[in-house]
Amino acid sequence: MNAKNSVPVARAFDVEAVRRDFPALHQQVHGHPLVYLDNAASAHKPRAVIDTITHYYSTDYSNVHRGLHYLSERCSQAYEDARGKVASFIHAKDAREIIFVRGTTEAINLVANTYGRKHVRAGDEILISALEHHSNIVPWQMLCEQTGGVLKVVPVSDAGELDLEAFEHLLSSRTRLVAVTHVSNALGTINPLRRIIDAAHAVGARVLIDGAQAVHHMPVDVQDLDCDFYAFSGHKMYGPTGIGVLYGKAALLEAMPPWQGGGEMIREVSFERSTYADIPFKFEAGTPHIVGAIGLGAAVDYISSFDRAAVARHEHELMTYATELLGSLPGLRIVGTVANKASIVSFVLDDAHPHDVGTILDRYGIAVRAGHHCTMPLMNRLCLGGTTRASFAMYNTRSEVERLVAGVGKVMEMFRR
Amino acid sequence: MSDGLQDLYQEVIFDHNRNPRHAGRLEGANRSAQGFNPLCGDKVTLYLHLDDAGVIRDIRFEGSGCAISVASTSLMTDALIGKTVQEAQALFARFHDMMMGADVDEENLGKLQALSGVKEFPSRIKCATLGWHALHAALKEGGQVSTE
Repeated sequence: MNAKNSVPVARAFDVEAVRRDFPALHQQVHGHPLVYLDNAASAHKPRAVIDTITHYYSTDYSNVHRGLHYLSERCSQAYEDARGKVASFIHAKDAREIIFVRGTTEAINLVANTYGRKHVRAGDEILISALEHHSNIVPWQMLCEQTGGVLKVVPVSDAGELDLEAFEHLLSSRTRLVAVTHVSNALGTINPLRRIIDAAHAVGARVLIDGAQAVHHMPVDVQDLDCDFYAFSGHKMYGPTGIGVLYGKAALLEAMPPWQGGGEMIREVSFERSTYADIPFKFEAGTPHIVGAIGLGAAVDYISSFDRAAVARHEHELMTYATELLGSLPGLRIVGTVANKASIVSFVLDDAHPHDVGTILDRYGIAVRAGHHCTMPLMNRLCLGGTTRASFAMYNTRSEVERLVAGVGKVMEMFRR
Repeated sequence: MSDGLQDLYQEVIFDHNRNPRHAGRLEGANRSAQGFNPLCGDKVTLYLHLDDAGVIRDIRFEGSGCAISVASTSLMTDALIGKTVQEAQALFARFHDMMMGADVDEENLGKLQALSGVKEFPSRIKCATLGWHALHAALKEGGQVSTE
């Protein structure tokens, strides 16, 4: 299988045209036009993705890889084309390195349960960072409980930056695996992956990157990064829920034992023993989320149809604008203040709890996230119960940022009386 | 204020959020329990002093939370002092019913009526009931209770 380049010509970026592609954006919430700023939790879907899903369920639908009939061939082709699109999207060398999973969480669990259980012995170390989402903490804790491995945590500064010196001190010949996020879901910090990956490889450790908050905001080249594993979800990048990707270097995936057993992942089965299929199928037991994968392919096509630098610039401008306006409000503090950030502005108010902020903004039609963002250890480190988080997608506008700021102003007014 | 917000954020809520009654730790408490809302990470620890006749003589709470959870717990403490365990449990049941939207005589709930607007905000019911779940646990045997 070869990675395919799907969409050669870039469409000029025009945010109003982009908004027309997303039907869900055009609705009223509590009598106000929706301002959707919860994109880091999940993003809305463009018509192209919705239509693709409808098309495949309406026409070219069947199970994949084992039918001899027309529909199965059509559907299998579309499923494998989607794999090729994803491979090309993250510059994988080979589409066989793309495993379809339910999402980032399942991708990380897969690595913990296969690579981890094979290679982590009592006393071996797994290194994560204080910025991680629970999904990049708990699978490693479970692995350590099973194997006697030791989980070590790279500390983070008050601004939300990884302490790279501490990281390099924590690395040793006992480090089997380093698992870090590309972009922090709570603060937006972009981690310096090249330095992290090179340092980990220098001690012989493998590296898994949680790319859930990154792939749609910046070009990702897994060969250039030289990461061993890269995990991400479809639904945050304008694709369907229930579908995600584990990228792994072919040689590693080939040497890893399978995780879930079942149909699709076998070569030959008898009651005495079974032999397993080649990658990627070895890791895709059971009927996969076929239309989800095809829909993810459509999301890849959609993102790739734009000048991605222009999209990144737009998202960065929104973040900068929101930081500037919110940061100027007395009684509000921005949480996560490193220079290198992507698409997320987290903040706390002196007078109002994030949950109150979230509820009140919702009544003005503004959707944000409030709470610990599945990063309880990070919140503890920052001595916060939680934050209010606005996260931006390519379809957000400056006037939506202004609506957010006006909404926060209303919260402050209410709580200051 | 936008639709529905004035029902949720009544003045008495702001008052109890800004100046929670019976805040702090209770020395000599003979019952305590912790409530935890895993959804938002909010925690409240409730301390009770029950006398031999089963009457709540004193009560305190500490923790962090949103305006709804702090005000609800604060209003609860006001309502509980001098009540027997049975009366407290009956109040818990009435409050719980009100949150679940059941037909309750809200007059019976006194100042707690201020929280009746919460039922229109399903995602905030757990905030309003956090302290009450801690109360329920403390009256039974104490320990930690989660709103999940």
